[in-house]
Amino acid sequence: MELFLDGIKKALELIFSFDPEVLGITFLSLKISGTATLISMFIGMSIGVAVALNNFFGKRLIISLINTGMGLPPVVVGLFVTIMLWRNGPFGFMEILYTPTAMIIAQAIIATPIVMGITLAAIQHLPENLRLQILSLGATRLQMVWLLIKEARLPLLAAVMAGFGGVISEVGASIMVGGNIKGYSRVLTTATVMETGKGNFDTAIALGIILLILAFTVNAILTSIQQKQRPR
Amino acid sequence: MSNNKPSILAVRNLIVERAGAVVLNIHSLEINAGDLLSLIGPNGAGKSSLFLALSFLIKNTGGEIFFHGNRISTKEEIFNYRRQLVMVFQEPLLLNTTVRENIAAGLKLRHKPANEIEKSVDRYASMFGISHLLDRSARALSGGEAQRTSLARALAIEPEIVFLDEPFASLDQPTKESLLADLQQILCRTKTTAIMATHDRNDALRLSDYIAVMNRGKIVQLGMPEDIMNRPADEFVASFVGVETVLRGEVKENKDGINIITVAGGNLEAIGDFAPGSHVLCCIRPEYVTLAAAAGASTSARNVYMARIEKIIPLGMFYKVELDAGFPLISYVTSTSLDNLSLDAGQNISASFKATAIHLIPAR
Repeated sequence: MELFLDGIKKALELIFSFDPEVLGITFLSLKISGTATLISMFIGMSIGVAVALNNFFGKRLIISLINTGMGLPPVVVGLFVTIMLWRNGPFGFMEILYTPTAMIIAQAIIATPIVMGITLAAIQHLPENLRLQILSLGATRLQMVWLLIKEARLPLLAAVMAGFGGVISEVGASIMVGGNIKGYSRVLTTATVMETGKGNFDTAIALGIILLILAFTVNAILTSIQQKQRPR
Repeated sequence: MSNNKPSILAVRNLIVERAGAVVLNIHSLEINAGDLLSLIGPNGAGKSSLFLALSFLIKNTGGEIFFHGNRISTKEEIFNYRRQLVMVFQEPLLLNTTVRENIAAGLKLRHKPANEIEKSVDRYASMFGISHLLDRSARALSGGEAQRTSLARALAIEPEIVFLDEPFASLDQPTKESLLADLQQILCRTKTTAIMATHDRNDALRLSDYIAVMNRGKIVQLGMPEDIMNRPADEFVASFVGVETVLRGEVKENKDGINIITVAGGNLEAIGDFAPGSHVLCCIRPEYVTLAAAAGASTSARNVYMARIEKIIPLGMFYKVELDAGFPLISYVTSTSLDNLSLDAGQNISASFKATAIHLIPAR
């Protein structure tokens, strides 16, 4: 219990002393996970909407694969990205392994199926004739898609929250492709793992609390936007 | 359909297939500007598919669609044509926003100026009696209010043609009656051409210039309401438009335009020009069968029978009386007539109908 209280005390000290290292780690976490979430939004929503609105051979298989991807283990993604970016790997020439860019790629791969799966379900859940009604009102295909996205905005914001939540809290892939390099690729999760390994539980607890506050703040903002949109 | 109005929409050999089966096969259909055509037919008759095909919202396997006499074929032509029409579905399918934004939706899609949109929204909200709901969320509307919003949204874009796919099907009777009256007035005022699918033949009778009866993807009869109601083309149309008595018979004699027809259990006299020996279907609408007390009934009708009342079924405004006149016969009577004649099951009564009340169809 004392250990835990010490951790909270340390967290408050780190937060209110504006410790440059902690601020850097927090900012990098936000930057990497935020960028990965934005990328996953773009790819996941585009593909999710396209799959939901089109009928093609193998659609069910594709939906099953997307749903499976929603539970993609971060370490498997980390392993895959590491192999791809390894010096002798297909993308080794890019020399981005153990960089924040590699972490963004890995996190985007983790978040994309989450956003895609929820987007797909959200669009499919809209009334079947809504698409036809919008087209009948004179919409172009692009206008129709935009209106459908607006109609599904509540679950789509939930998709963004789920995607962000999935990557801000993952550690396996970030350690494997980022390397946890101090001042360069160290984020809140990797730093927490490292401090725990070193026995610095107070620092680890402090970093954990900051991570929770960060995740809570981002989700609170998104929830606030989401609930403002809720029909009354 | 010929009247003096110009043709706005014409269809030739329109075919739609789904999973290899033909679901729509329209040989020919034409609607003139400002007319209201009703499509009636059972579920699965192809009414909704026809709307979707006419709107190019489903793939047409074959056929041609002409708008103002011009064939619609290229993508650009389809898009421009689609912007001249609108479809209203059975469920209102409103966007998750305010009533105001819903009515403005079609205009915004056309990038109309804000002041024009505002004027149109106010005008159509007022026409449909929903001005007081403009700032309310569409999710908080009753069924009738939602359908009014949907209709206002459709007509606000001032389309040349509106397709109404059973827009009153899920409304209660008073709501439907009031909306129907408003819609009739608005369509007339805006001179909008309309095609309306409905299950309710009374709606079709009340609103339409023409009625098309659909069955199994085809138009089986197209004509003016009184033609469809009184002169159905076949047994299916007859049953669908409320002809309760359809008797199979053989023409025994043709005398000065009066056919004497033998049906199981008796003879009928009908206006017709069928040769003796022809097999016909005799269609008698229940409204044309008059009942009178068994004794002392005086009538000029050529067909008078003593009949036994089998059953009396209340149908709201009137009663359906099932009779055995040697052949089955159905009559509708008002509650006043029911009381005056003291009608009851098992009672014998005089049933009569004129020779002109029988519509003859060649039997297959």
